[in-house]
Amino acid sequence: MKKRILAMILASTMVLGLTACGGAASTDTAAAPAATEEAADEAEVADEAEEVEAPAASGEGQVYYLNFKPEADEAWQAIAKSYTDQTGVPVTVVTAASGTYEETLSAEIVKDEAPTLFQVNGPVGLANWADYCYDLNGSSLYNELTSDSFALKDGDAVAGIAYVIESYGLITNTKLLGEAGYTTDDIKSFEDLKKVAEDITARSAELGFSAFTSAGMDGSSDWRFKTHLANLPLYFEYKADGVDSKTEITGSYLDNYKNIWDLYINNATCSPKDLASKTGDDAENEFAEGKSVFFQNGSWEYANLINKGMTDDELAMIPIYVGAGDEANQGLCTGTENYWCVNSEASEEDIQATIDFLTWMVTSAEGTQMLSDTIGVIPFKNAADTTNLFVLNDRAYTAAGKTPVSWNFTTMPSEEWKNGVGSALTAYAAGTGEWDAVVSAFVDEWAAEYALK
Amino acid sequence: MENAIKKYWPIFVLPTLAAFCVGFVYPFVQGVYLSFCKFTTIKKAHFIGLKNYAYALTDSSFWQSFEFTTLFMIISTVLINVLAFAIALALTSKIKGSNAFRTVFFMPNLIGGIVLGYIWQILLNCVLSLLEQPLLALDAKYGFIGLVILMCWQQIGYMMIIYIAGLQSIPEDYLEAAKIDGATDRQILFKIKIPNVMPSITICSFLTITNGFKLFDQNLALTGGEPAHASEMMALNIYNTFYSRSGAQWKGYGQAKAVVFCIMVILISLVQLKFTKSREVQQ
Repeated sequence: MKKRILAMILASTMVLGLTACGGAASTDTAAAPAATEEAADEAEVADEAEEVEAPAASGEGQVYYLNFKPEADEAWQAIAKSYTDQTGVPVTVVTAASGTYEETLSAEIVKDEAPTLFQVNGPVGLANWADYCYDLNGSSLYNELTSDSFALKDGDAVAGIAYVIESYGLITNTKLLGEAGYTTDDIKSFEDLKKVAEDITARSAELGFSAFTSAGMDGSSDWRFKTHLANLPLYFEYKADGVDSKTEITGSYLDNYKNIWDLYINNATCSPKDLASKTGDDAENEFAEGKSVFFQNGSWEYANLINKGMTDDELAMIPIYVGAGDEANQGLCTGTENYWCVNSEASEEDIQATIDFLTWMVTSAEGTQMLSDTIGVIPFKNAADTTNLFVLNDRAYTAAGKTPVSWNFTTMPSEEWKNGVGSALTAYAAGTGEWDAVVSAFVDEWAAEYALK
Repeated sequence: MENAIKKYWPIFVLPTLAAFCVGFVYPFVQGVYLSFCKFTTIKKAHFIGLKNYAYALTDSSFWQSFEFTTLFMIISTVLINVLAFAIALALTSKIKGSNAFRTVFFMPNLIGGIVLGYIWQILLNCVLSLLEQPLLALDAKYGFIGLVILMCWQQIGYMMIIYIAGLQSIPEDYLEAAKIDGATDRQILFKIKIPNVMPSITICSFLTITNGFKLFDQNLALTGGEPAHASEMMALNIYNTFYSRSGAQWKGYGQAKAVVFCIMVILISLVQLKFTKSREVQQ
């Protein structure tokens, strides 16, 4: 009998062992910081080795950058190595897995070898990390900024420095637009956009394409609407009141938000009911394959579209018109949500080494070239020029005297708020919810979330 | 030999004990402490007493997720165990290729929860879209059904293996004697097989109850708590409290919820263990 029981225990432990392998995904989130930890440890070993070789460098501190942009990881690793070769200052770059930056930073910052350089996404992100932000006022990095508006202020202190300026709008396939009988010059207002989009929809069977890509509300795509598109009603409300943030909003431009959202979902490549499952890749592919004319996205999307075989002469980015404000003078939505912060808990030498490294990044030919090529436009005096068409579009709009729409979504109270608006938009599109729910998620929840702070 | 073991047991115990302390006891104690603090990182924590618990226990989204989780746990536990036992019965009767079937049924277990969640999301959304029904992210009812289907598919094979081991350990003479006495198949099942596999039932129901209660990856991947938190289970609710809010107080709230959650899991599994253990028979 005992043998049988033993056999059973053995069998179940064997099975347990197997599922331990299968269950590995559940530890994914924990594994990400653990992996970076390993990377950091390895780097530390490397650092120590170098210190032995070049003792002079040890007194100058070191840099540990926790990078937010996975797509730029390789470029950062290469530039860090190059900087170390030139100056002897060890630079470690660790990149958080996509979507886990906050978690990784929480884990890393309490370590003895904490990141000396990290990033926040604006005033709301700063609220969590203000205790750890070194005041960069008067530093050599701060002095390189082209405008004071690119500094993230915490009271009088300069807590963060914006390092990339991005633009978003309606990316337009000008070739298809031409086939439909229009040019981008025909679209100067929301009325024009609506007319063109509805005309294309009416003739879509004959033309073979739709006006808009799917406005996917999957997690990989919903930020385009719950955050970026929602910036427009917010921008016009702030502008009308002459403020740059509010703890309670009236939602006075939400009708415009509804109009543009209706336009997107009713003139798209798919039924509004299917939007809940459409991803960012779906929209990108639809656009690159010539299935739609308009695609709401930003300058960061340029490289992806070029890689998918599109060319400069069939692309342009136009402003998102919502029928508010002075449409004749509206430019692209241009701003930033990427700010560098230096860890105030790091040692004096490390802080100085970090500032020196960043100053080198934004002044040297090598550093600025890397930033301009892989990240985008950088707001520093010595910035290298860019080949990104959408950035050039933005520049042309500004040169023509149009006013860029600023990025006010950095004042949105929390992810929770954005998720609420996203849910309500998805339900409204699918017909399972009312527009009133969007208004309530937008206005009431805004105040409620701010009240909780 | 026995003497050697008696003498050196601390050395054998030490590695596991050390790992247990570092990996479990220390984080657990610190976690409980942090639930009384306001903190951004564990180094900068200020003790604030019971405020976090006051919030956690009055947060309606937490209790909504508790209801959703409890309902899910009950339904998935019953379905998984009944189906797994039925399959185990089928595969211990002498049918051709039963080993191949066992392997196939067990396989879903080897795929991670996040991957499974996304695969099933695509599958179920396609079906719902063909049926002209709202997709998973739009209707919590479908989200719930989807989660149950997913968990059954993933866990039945695993529980089946445990039941098979249990069924195989029933002595042949019991079954033979019963047959000679003229017991029907039904009587054999309820009077002999089930009482004799009670240890397996204890293990399986413990695992399915705790798995159901603690479910996170599948929930995150399949529905993400949509629409508007309606399909959010407790673990995801805690995660969202922790990471999708801004401000220092939220980490403490999340931590307090996590401690409450932990106590609930322990209580529920203790009650279940006591209940099923009392029905185990000695062979």
